[in-house]
Amino acid sequence: MNRFNYLFTSTKGLILTAISLISIVTAVFNTLSGPMVEWGIRDLTVKWLGMDMNPSERAGRIIMLYHTIAMAVVAIEVYMMTSIIPMRKHEQKNINMIVTVGYITAMVFGLGFAYWGHNFTFHGLFLVGQSLVFFAGVMLAFAMNPWKKEYYVTNKEFAHFKSGVDMERMAFFVMTVAMLISAGFGAVTGSFWANGHETFLAEDLIRNPDKTGLQKAIIGHLHIMLTLIAVSITLIVGRWLEFKGIFHKIAMPLMIIGTLIISGGVWSVVWTHLAHTFIYIGSVGVMLSALMLVIYSWKKLIHDNSKALGYTNPTLFQKIKALLSDPLKFGPTWQMVFMNFTVSGIGIFMAVKLEEIFRVWPAREERITLTGHWHILAALIATIILMYYADIVGMKGKTRKWFGWILIIGSDVAFASMTIFSMKTLFVPESVAQQGLMNTTMLLADFGLGSLLVMMAIFLGWKLFDLFKGEGVWTKEAKNSELELERTSNPVLNIQKENEFNSEGGVQ
Amino acid sequence: MKKILFIALIIFVLGGCSTDPIVNTEIDFVDTGIDANGWVTIPAGSFNYGMHNQVVEINYDFEIMQTHVTNKQFASYLNAALAKRSIFIEDEKVMGTHPGDHFDGYLHEWKIPAGNYLHFPYSKAGSQIKLIENQFVSDKGFENHPVVMVTWFGAKAYADFYGYRLPLEKEWAKAARGTDTRAYPWGDHISPNITNYGSSKNALQKLLGGNIARTSPVGYFNGNKYGDYQTEDNRSPYGAYDMGGNVWQWVGDDYPNVHYRYMRGGSFTNYEYDLFVWGRNSAGPDYFDFNIGFRCAREIIKPIPMETIILE
Repeated sequence: MNRFNYLFTSTKGLILTAISLISIVTAVFNTLSGPMVEWGIRDLTVKWLGMDMNPSERAGRIIMLYHTIAMAVVAIEVYMMTSIIPMRKHEQKNINMIVTVGYITAMVFGLGFAYWGHNFTFHGLFLVGQSLVFFAGVMLAFAMNPWKKEYYVTNKEFAHFKSGVDMERMAFFVMTVAMLISAGFGAVTGSFWANGHETFLAEDLIRNPDKTGLQKAIIGHLHIMLTLIAVSITLIVGRWLEFKGIFHKIAMPLMIIGTLIISGGVWSVVWTHLAHTFIYIGSVGVMLSALMLVIYSWKKLIHDNSKALGYTNPTLFQKIKALLSDPLKFGPTWQMVFMNFTVSGIGIFMAVKLEEIFRVWPAREERITLTGHWHILAALIATIILMYYADIVGMKGKTRKWFGWILIIGSDVAFASMTIFSMKTLFVPESVAQQGLMNTTMLLADFGLGSLLVMMAIFLGWKLFDLFKGEGVWTKEAKNSELELERTSNPVLNIQKENEFNSEGGVQ
Repeated sequence: MKKILFIALIIFVLGGCSTDPIVNTEIDFVDTGIDANGWVTIPAGSFNYGMHNQVVEINYDFEIMQTHVTNKQFASYLNAALAKRSIFIEDEKVMGTHPGDHFDGYLHEWKIPAGNYLHFPYSKAGSQIKLIENQFVSDKGFENHPVVMVTWFGAKAYADFYGYRLPLEKEWAKAARGTDTRAYPWGDHISPNITNYGSSKNALQKLLGGNIARTSPVGYFNGNKYGDYQTEDNRSPYGAYDMGGNVWQWVGDDYPNVHYRYMRGGSFTNYEYDLFVWGRNSAGPDYFDFNIGFRCAREIIKPIPMETIILE
């Protein structure tokens, strides 16, 4: 298998390609905002790359940038899903191929349209790319059909219906269908562009008493898409960490019902304000489900690592040591817990104290908190994906520890600092006295993000260097492309046809 | 060694979290050569409003202040208004009456009934005007800086006192943009030398000293050279200075269904995108901050033709 096949057809190679492209886009476009502007780096980027930065088109550019990155993240989740959820090999291959062509087309031509003049052919191809990603999603939903008998659970430790229908597969299926419908809310509104609907950033409309149906549809769209990406990664991490048993049986129904209610709630935002009640109820289901995963995985990590460390009857300190001994496996669920302090908790606090605190602040301050919390959510999801990918590529020993802890500490320091920065008025009410806090939080955020970026550069540099080797690690990844874990069902055992499925024998 | 480094880092981080107000009540006065008492005329006609260039018609001429209202002007007003008892002092705050807003009972709308409301908390850190021996005086060197820490009530009271008014959002936008589709009042580019915004602090700190690089004198960015520092001219097409940057400007609209009042223009704390001519901020009418000020508008007072006077 040559390098091209590795990068564009194998699960591990496809994930690497998408991570690399996201990293390149992030590295380049990161120079267009924040302190980079002050340092003059933005001007250099714009000049060197010949970008067209018309100020009145800023909102449109940002929207297209978000979409191109989101498409690639969705593609990574799709690659993981098509590998860990049993399905036919040809289905996996077709879905992966279409989503790959889709996200790369959307990324190249979307950014081309947004930042290098308005060639409407590019805009058309951006839409073609997104449509392909959508089409891949439709195929994924079909491939994941949980009612097919060959996919009924083979191990009763996994949550299942009485009939044997796999609840985890159902959760993935519900999430995928909900995401397809939610994408429709964006697509339909987008079709009214310049025809009754104008480009806007949601954070600029927060205090408008009357929003149009199309504006509400977009606000709903962006919230639910990010939520469903989070639901998806939670399910993926659950499979990676071999989630099963009683906690799995509690978590999966909660995840299915929570996803349905939260999605229905968000869609109904267009028509009724009562939608928020449904969103809160749905969120409780999804968050409790994630809590089950956290409890299960921490218990498992303590148990497994205590054994590995030679603790027969571990003390509390030894248990903590065991829990923290593998940062890559501890990290994802820790980030989910941490998410409550910087995203979910902030969201709930804002909702409860909206009139008392946040609507007293100027709109621009409220906007910082809003944009801060969803940027942090997106970035935390990215760190979870990176931890899983580092595990996939078999990172071991000290490298594994350094990578994991820098990812956890760097991101948490940065995001905690940003959260405090965005809510500075809560801690220091007088603006005139906020400079010290602002300086410190910005410094810590820069330190945290800087350490992540340096580490990512080293990591991707190593992967690039490896690709130049004739017998590099990439050849092993290419030969053993599928993600190694215990799957919830074993279609080979169920229908006795070998070589037809993406997984053979349940555990690879 | 590691422990010492760790402790040093903690001390550094905590030390940086000082919450003492950074104020400086005495700086060198900088003469910009721009008359803060000047007005510019905005002719009637249509213009491109907002980010999407909606064509809007303003069918009357009006005037808008060439610059923000300065500390000196506001201090004079406070003394005059206090003498006339149109405002009063309570708990080290300038207060005044407001007839109340129409309340629509909309979601998130607050009731603002008739009563006394805060105009200007002069004793709060950030204010550049002090009450000394029953007279309001500007801090030394800040006379020609824009007045800040004024609530919408306070700004409106100032305008009412002199027979002016706060500009409406659309009036403000036209005064800032003229009739083309520019992004900033002076054109489509921005640099730290053309206005006072988030990226100007290094240049201004050098010029004004230490930690006081916040407000800059009104009309400061007019193409003049101050020592070694060359500014660019930030006049709007009609000649108004600082329509983007320095401090936010309250506008007069009281829209239905909300209690908020709106601000335009961005400030020294903001990124460039807050300075776009369509950029907007909002807060309750009793909100004040060290980056919020205002300027006034007025109807054009046409001189009475000499023949009319003779005939009468």
